[in-house]
This record gives sequence, C-alpha cells and structure tokens, in this order.
Amino acid sequence: MKVSLANALVAAVVVASPVSGALAQEVTGAGASFPAPIYAKWADAYNKATGVRVNYQSVGSGAGLRQIRGKTVDFGASDAPLKDEELAADGLMQFPTVIGGVVPVVNLKGIEAGKLKLTGQVLGDIYLGKITSWNDPAIASLNSGVALPDAKIAVVRRADGSGTSFLFTNYLSKTNAEWKEKVGEGTAVNWPTGAGGKGNEGVSAFVQRLPNSIGYVEYVYAKQNKMAYVMMRNQSGGFVAPSDANFKAAAAGADWSKTFYQVLTDQAGKDAWPITGATFIMMHVKQDKPAQAAAAVKFFEWAYTSGDQMADELDYVPMPDAVKKAVRAQWRRMTDASGKAIIQ
Amino acid sequence: MTATMTTSTIPSDAMPSPQQVPRRQSGHIGDLVFAGVARLAAVVTLVLLFAIIVSLVVGAWPSIRHFGLAFVWTPDWDPVQQKFGGLVMIYGTLMTSLIALLIAVPVSFGIALFLTELSPRWLKRPLGTAIELLAAVPSIVYGMWGLLIFAPILAEFVQQPLQAVFGTTPILGQLFSGAPVGIGILSAGIILAIMIIPFIAAVMRDVFEVTPAMLKESAYGVGATTWEVVWKVVLPYTKTGVIGGVMLGLGRALGETMAVTFVIGNFNQLNSLSLFEAANSITSALANEFAEANPGLHEASLIYLGLLLFFITFVVLAFSKLLLLRLQRNEGKRT
Repeated sequence: MKVSLANALVAAVVVASPVSGALAQEVTGAGASFPAPIYAKWADAYNKATGVRVNYQSVGSGAGLRQIRGKTVDFGASDAPLKDEELAADGLMQFPTVIGGVVPVVNLKGIEAGKLKLTGQVLGDIYLGKITSWNDPAIASLNSGVALPDAKIAVVRRADGSGTSFLFTNYLSKTNAEWKEKVGEGTAVNWPTGAGGKGNEGVSAFVQRLPNSIGYVEYVYAKQNKMAYVMMRNQSGGFVAPSDANFKAAAAGADWSKTFYQVLTDQAGKDAWPITGATFIMMHVKQDKPAQAAAAVKFFEWAYTSGDQMADELDYVPMPDAVKKAVRAQWRRMTDASGKAIIQ
Repeated sequence: MTATMTTSTIPSDAMPSPQQVPRRQSGHIGDLVFAGVARLAAVVTLVLLFAIIVSLVVGAWPSIRHFGLAFVWTPDWDPVQQKFGGLVMIYGTLMTSLIALLIAVPVSFGIALFLTELSPRWLKRPLGTAIELLAAVPSIVYGMWGLLIFAPILAEFVQQPLQAVFGTTPILGQLFSGAPVGIGILSAGIILAIMIIPFIAAVMRDVFEVTPAMLKESAYGVGATTWEVVWKVVLPYTKTGVIGGVMLGLGRALGETMAVTFVIGNFNQLNSLSLFEAANSITSALANEFAEANPGLHEASLIYLGLLLFFITFVVLAFSKLLLLRLQRNEGKRT
C-alpha cells in the first residue's frame, strides 16, 4: 500500500512520461537533476543521429530510484551510488556516466577565487557552527598573508535533498570526526547551522548576495557565475583548485574493477580534488522488456563513444577509458526473462 | 461577490426547490439537469476532501505509528538518524502567518477605508485596479524579489541597527540576534503580508461598499466623524465579510510555498526565538525535501506534516466560524 501510494504520487508528478513499451523507439529515464543538462544534450544529438528518442525526467535522485524500482522507467539516475547489497536486493545494476565536482565558494571582500585555503577539518567546523568568525585562528593559520575580515561567517547550504549535499557531507564525514558523529552523510542531513537555498541556483544566489558567506555548489555553477572558489587540501597534503583535470585525477585513483560503488571524495593522488563524485545510472539486471533495455544501453554506449566532447562543453568530466571498459563488461550481465544475455 | 465566499453556501442549497418556484413546463428538464450537475459538484467536493484525508493518513501512517502525537512537539528533523518531529515547521508556519496578519490586517483596513470613504472619485478606480493586479502576481516573483532585493535591505537597514541598539538588552536582544543575512521568520512574514494584503484589502473594500448609504448618512447626519462612522457603523455592518477576508488571507499565508521557501532560510533547528533566525515552514519543507526523500519514515513524516497543515487550516476555519457565531449572538446587545 505504502509503495503503491508513493508510486501514485510519483506518477502524478511525471505525467508527461509516456507508457514505456508502447513505442520501441522511445527510451525513458528519470532521476538526478545534476546530470540532466548533459543527458538532454546527448538525447538530442542521439535522436538526430539515430531517430531514437530518449526521454529524461529530471525529478531528483530519490524519485528516480523509486521509479526504477517500480519499473515505470527504463533507467533511473542518481548522484549517490547504491551499495552493492542494496543493488542486489532490488536486482539492479549501476554504472557511472560523468564526473563532477562540488566546490566551496565564498563571498569575502577583496578575496578572489583561489585565494582562500581550507581543509576538510576546518570546513567541517564551520558547518558545525564551531568556527563562527572569518578571522578565527584555525582559518588564519592556513591563510597567512590573506587579510581575513573580522566578521561572522554566514553559512549557506542546500535546503533540498541533493546529490551535491551527499558528496559534501560524505567528504566532511571522512575528514572531520565530529561531523561524522553528530551529523553524518546523506542527501539531506540535520544541518547544525546555516541558511538553506533551494538548488544550486539558490545557494549561489545566497552566496553572491550575502557578504561574508560561504556555500558549496556544483563546479558548473561556480564557473558560470565566476564565484570565488576555495582551494582545498587533499589527502596527499597539497592545496588544489577545482578543475576538470583535478576531477579526473580523483576518478583515476579509484579502483572501479570490483565495484562501481565509488564515492570519489577524499581520494589519494597529488592533484585529486577532494569533493568529486560521479553520477550514476541504475537499471534492472533481469529485464522484462529486453528491447527497451537494449535501446537504453545503446544510447549510453553511443554517449561513451561520441558524447565526451559534449560533456566537456557543459563542464562535466567524461569517464576515463578504463572505467568505460569496466562498464561495458557490466552491461553484458543484463539478461532477459529466460536468462539470455541482452548485450552481446 | 466576495461576501458569499465567507458564508460558503453549498451549491445544492442555492437551487430553487420546486415547491416554492412556480413550475414552467419548458424549463423543467433544464432544471433537473442543472440540479443534478450542481448536486454532483457538491458531492464530488466532499468525496475529494475525504479522499485527500484518507490518502494523507495512509501515507503518513508509518510515521504516525512510529512517532505518535509526540511528532507535534519534537524539534528534531534528522534524515540521517531517521528521527523526525514537526515542531520547527509548525512553529515557522504559525509564526510567519501571525506576523503576516499583524502587518496585513491594519494596512488592508487602511486601504479599504481610504478607497471607500476618503479617496477622491478619480483615484478610486485606478487604485482599486492596482490592488487587484497585485493579487495576480505569481508568488515566485515575490520570493525572488524578497531574496534578491528585500532581504539585503532588511539585514542592512533594519537588523543591524536593531542589533546595535538592543544587542545587549536581555529579551529584546534575543529577538534580533543572529547573523545579519536578512532571511528568516521576519522576512518571510513580511513577504507573506505583502502577498495577502491585496486579498484582504479587496474583500474589505467590496464589503465596505455594500454598506447602505442611508446608514452612513444618518450617522453623519447626527454629527459622527468619519472614524466613528467607520468604526461604529460600517465595521459592525460588514464584520462577517471583514473576518472572511482576513481568513482568506490567513489561509493563503498558511499554505504559501514558493515565496516562503526563498526567504525563510529552511533551517530545521529551533535554538533561538530570534525574528531574524532562519527557520522552516511546513510547505517549504515539503517542497524542498519531497523529491529526494527516501521511502519509509522520511517520506511518511513529510506526509504527516502535510496532514498537520490540513488540520491547522481546518482549525483556523472552524475558529473563524465560531467567532462569527459569537458576534452574531452578541448582536443587538450594544446599542
């Protein structure tokens, strides 16, 4: 009853999604909003190239997972990967599509992008409400030579549940013991302090409007709005700036061969940006509608081979080739009802 | 037209009953069809209302079973630990609506009074139209204006001076504490007030206008001032409509979502009663968290919040009806 009600609610939200299977040449997916622009661009180009329509509903990761579990879509999308046992319980498999980074941004008079340096420990203490002033010794000792104002820190974070918050809180949990114990990680957490903005737009609007504020946004938003990003200290001890190359460095360090459950935060590697994450697609291993599944996989295969440049244009980082190879192997696990592999 | 809104007659009551109206052969079938359609509309409304309550209760059931009524006075909202309580959102919803009413009712009264009693004739129509136009502005516009323009002004020119003056005073200082960001309970309340003023003012103006000229002129004739006429003749005559208008505004304030989400700060802790502290409202929490809520307690708790909002609205409506009944009972005692 509970599940059917949830499905009914979701179905009501996604009125536009057509009944899958009615048209073989139509693939539907739903989920995370972070990769929605690149999926839309890929879908458009793919439609022009092959005539197959890919319909992606950007309804949020949680809703996307709900829909793929209820089999109302051909693929679900989520910014947070599922653990292997969760996947097994639902008969799902997952694979990453593109990589993005989360970037702390500040609005401090006279401090430009890349001038302020922070560590996970200090960032966590700011978001715990323990460090409340910009000229706190903990911040000052990392930033000798930077004129820090004697002002209260206005903390800004996401109000809605989001994959961005998941990556951010996951990183803080790994680097700040008190954060892990008191708050933990998740798409929505019990924030100890700060004002909540809705979406990346909301947070960037807040940070740009409020003097002496700090927030975190997807890299794309920081770049497009020319916001003052913060240099972060990574696991190997150096301070790095957010950039495509540094996100890639974080992805390269992970071992994708055993499991795709990889949260790319706090990775080893000299250049690795510490708050990096991939966004994922979820599909059923055993398919009731093999033709639909094959069409969906073909779309992602096409995106892997000819979509990298489009991803670059939109400031997403394509997956490294080694990871793509592992994903292709994963696709071959997918079977139809009789157990025959769908992808040869 | 607005006066009937408050008495909310069910359509089936309004249809002419065959005994009283002389029956005409030609219109008979039309009457039957019309009666059927009207009755159907009334029944559908009731069924819908009932269905909404049922689906809310069913959806909220895991949370109701797990947290019980304690949900209402528990301030925790922790999706990681799966601990939920609605006190912060309930407080935010009630407080912002209260602030909105405190500001909107006197201002609306002033607007309606000016339009009906004091305004020069040439100004009445453009001013009245302007107020009605304000009511048609989408709420997201108010929200964005509140966030981008109003909040910084409030922080710089209101909160900081207040903190400078009352910062160390025990109780008043508490009311104005917090980081000067300009978003929180007070800004949400003020934005809501701006949004509901057109509604309340339009209803008040309409009901003030139906006061019979003879009553007013008689009062003026015995030497009453404008204030006395309004306070002792117009208001008592139109109190049903006035209260109805206020309740209409309150209903809108309780249920407003987008504009509040922008300026309330969406903060789920209740650690200070400062007017400038970021807070959360029921509708804002629903809008923000529903899409990403995990099935289970989180989702059920959000639906539970929706159920509580439904209940609060019901209580407000019932209270306004009671108020009207009391006023009617007292009628004629003061002469």
